[in-house]
Parts: sequence; structure tokens; C-alpha cells
Amino acid sequence: MAARALLRVPQRAKRGEVIEIRALISHIMETGFRHSERGASIARDIITDFRCTYNGAEIFRARFYPAIAANPFITFTTIATESGTLRFEWSGDNEFTASESAAISVE
Amino acid sequence: MRVFALLLAVAASLVHADERRSGYEFMSRSTQAMQDDDTSNPAMLWVLDGEALWQAGKPSCASCHSNMSGMKGVAARYPAMSSGRLMNLEQRINLCRTEKQHAKPYAYESKELLSLTAYIALQSRGMPIAVKDDATKGKALYEQRQGQLNMSCAQCHDQYAGHRLAGSTIPQAHPTGYPVYRLEWQTLGSLQRRLRNCLVGIRAEPYGYGSPEMVELELYLMSRARGMKMDAPGVRP
Ligand code: HEC
Ligand code: HEC
Repeated sequence: MAARALLRVPQRAKRGEVIEIRALISHIMETGFRHSERGASIARDIITDFRCTYNGAEIFRARFYPAIAANPFITFTTIATESGTLRFEWSGDNEFTASESAAISVE
Repeated sequence: MRVFALLLAVAASLVHADERRSGYEFMSRSTQAMQDDDTSNPAMLWVLDGEALWQAGKPSCASCHSNMSGMKGVAARYPAMSSGRLMNLEQRINLCRTEKQHAKPYAYESKELLSLTAYIALQSRGMPIAVKDDATKGKALYEQRQGQLNMSCAQCHDQYAGHRLAGSTIPQAHPTGYPVYRLEWQTLGSLQRRLRNCLVGIRAEPYGYGSPEMVELELYLMSRARGMKMDAPGVRP
């Protein structure tokens, strides 16, 4: 099944307000350090990059490493500047990519 | 004198107050916060998959169960007798899978079965647990000592509930939140997976997934929790 993501972005905000953003995505985050019951090593399969843009401009970026738990949850803040779209992008091993968007209206 | 009588009455009512606590109440504030918000509860990722599966298959679940409101309260009254056999919710879903969709049953702990179970369980959120069938067999299993440590479920969950076992607080074992996203598992898991963990903990041979013993135990746990509110899908440490 395709990756699923859950976002929390305020639908409305005042100009200049600090807003909290949360993004949760389904991913196994296989570390690459584990072995199967038969001793074969299990290949690494993680998300390596997360990016958030606000009307096209990058406002947040993170690198993920094997120590991050499955289904990574990111929360950060930004300043509401104008109405528009927040776009979230994840990419990683095995050509993994996923993206989601949310609209915000700023008064 | 009157004050004294009043105090006695208050004390008596305290003794009779419900002393049952769901696993949620034993968790840290941060884990509770994770469960409380549907955008931070990872179990909701499975609910999204369940919603999609509900519309898939031939014929789809949705085509017979026209709207989801028909599933309100269903998770709160399973395990229940169905087609002459005691079944838990997972088995009931698989019965429709095999008999109505003529498809292979989903395996226990498969993403599909967990997703559908979570989606159906969510419809009972806030509703009181209302199983009806006789749980005598499950009660006997719950009270029976077993494993190399020779312990019963009751010893931990009735006698020592609220005490600590290594890093964890022993909860009262009320299954209000299943399936749960367990942080230790880093995934969603069924009540039976949880019970297998407890059995392995006392070095007992765990009952198989879907075995009559497991379903009887589930029924007994649900009957002990009768009237408590469902909060599935939950988060657990
Ligand atoms: C040695 C003590 C011990 C025994 C014996 C034991 N458990 Fe547990 N059980 C625990 C602990 C500790 C936890 C919580 C673990 C955690 O939070 O990580 C738990 C969790 C549970 C939960 C989850 C409750 C929730 O809120 O999610 C259920 C249900 C449960 N046990 C049922 C059983 C049953 C049924 C048996 C007997 C087959 C049993 N346990 C035997 C210690 C025990
Ligand atoms: C061809 C029609 C059909 C399809 C397809 C179907 N079901 Fe059912 N389902 C039924 C009928 C009929 C019942 C029995 C209703 C009753 O007993 O009230 C039932 C009962 C159930 C119950 C128990 C409800 C209760 O109140 O106890 C559940 C849960 C359920 N189905 C889930 C599913 C799921 C999940 C799917 C898809 C994988 C599905 N069903 C597909 C016809 C269908």
C-alpha cells in the first residue's frame, strides 16, 4: 500500500503569527543493522530527506538517519506570512518519494 | 453527628466507585497526548488504509454495509457468537472475506487485517464495552498459573496492577484501545499480539493466533471491562 501521511496545519492564521506544523508519515525505517532469523542482513530502507515549502520557498528541511523510529513524526514552527500552500516532501532509499499539501489562509 | 454520617456516606461511595482504569490512564502525559490527537496518533495511518480497503474488493465491504455508521458499537461487542462459534472482530472480518468476497482470509497482524480492524474499532470510540457471551472459560485461563515462572494473568493484572515491572507500570489489562500502536513494536498490533507478549514474559508457550484460548481470554478481558469506554485505536508505550 502507498505511504500515508497525516498533516496538521492551521487552516487560518493571522499575519505574523507563529504556527505549529506537524507531519506524520508511514514508513518502516528499517535500520540496515538488523539480521533475519537466518542471519542474513536486512537491507537499510529509510527516509533520508524531508522538506517543507511555503508557496514554493523552502522553510524547513531535515535529514533522517537509521536511529529514527518507524513512522517518523516531525513538528516545527513557522511564521504565517501569506495565504497559500504548504507542501511536504519525503524521499529515501529504494527511490521512495511521497508528498502532501495543505492550504492555509492568512488574514 | 450529622457531619460524621455524611463523611461515612462519602467514604462508602468512594469504596464503591469504579476502580477500573484503562491502560491510557497508566501512560505518561506525552504518550497520552500522542493518542489524543488524530494527527499525531500513528494508528490513524492504518485507519486511512482501512478506509481504502473498505471500498476495495469484490464486492466491496462498503457495497453490502452501505454506510460506516452500521459499524458503530460493533467492536465494543466482540468477541461474540457468530455462525455458532465464538469469534473476535478479526475473525468476523475474515468470515466476510471468505464467505462474502470469496477471497483468502487476511493473516493475523497483516497490514490489511489490522487496518480494517482499526477502522471498524474507531467507529466505537467513546462507546461502552458491551460483550454478552459467557466468559467462564476465559476467566479460568486468566486465573490459571502457567509458564516457567508459574504465574497467572490475575497475579500481575489484579494483584499487582499499578506496581512496576522493570520499566513499565502494570496496567489492569482492560482492552479498551485495541488494536494499539505500541511504541516498542513501532507498529500497530492486535490484542492477541499483546497477550502473546505477556505469555512469553512468563515463559509460557503462547496460544496460537486465533486459537479458542485466545478468543476466550479476549472475551473475558472485554467482560471485565464491560461499561468502560472504547478508545481504539490507542497508543501504548
Ligand atoms: C509478570 C506480569 C504479567 C503477567 C503474568 C501478565 N501480564 Fe499482561 N502486562 C504486563 C505488563 C507489565 C504490561 C504493560 C506493558 C507495557 O506497558 O509495556 C501488560 C499489558 C497487558 C495488556 C495491555 C493493556 C493495555 O492497556 O494495553 C493486556 C490486555 C494484558 N497485559 C493481558 C494479560 C493476560 C491476559 C495475561 C495472562 C495470559 C497477562 N497479561 C499476563 C504484565 C503481565
Ligand atoms: C456480500 C455482502 C457482504 C460483503 C461484501 C461484506 N459483508 Fe460483512 N456482513 C454481511 C452480512 C450479511 C453480515 C451479517 C449482518 C448481521 O449479522 O447483522 C455481515 C457482518 C459483518 C460484521 C459483523 C457486524 C455485527 O454487527 O456483528 C463485520 C464486522 C463485517 N461484516 C465486516 C465486513 C468487512 C470488513 C468486509 C470487507 C472485507 C465485509 N464485511 C464484506 C455482508 C457482507
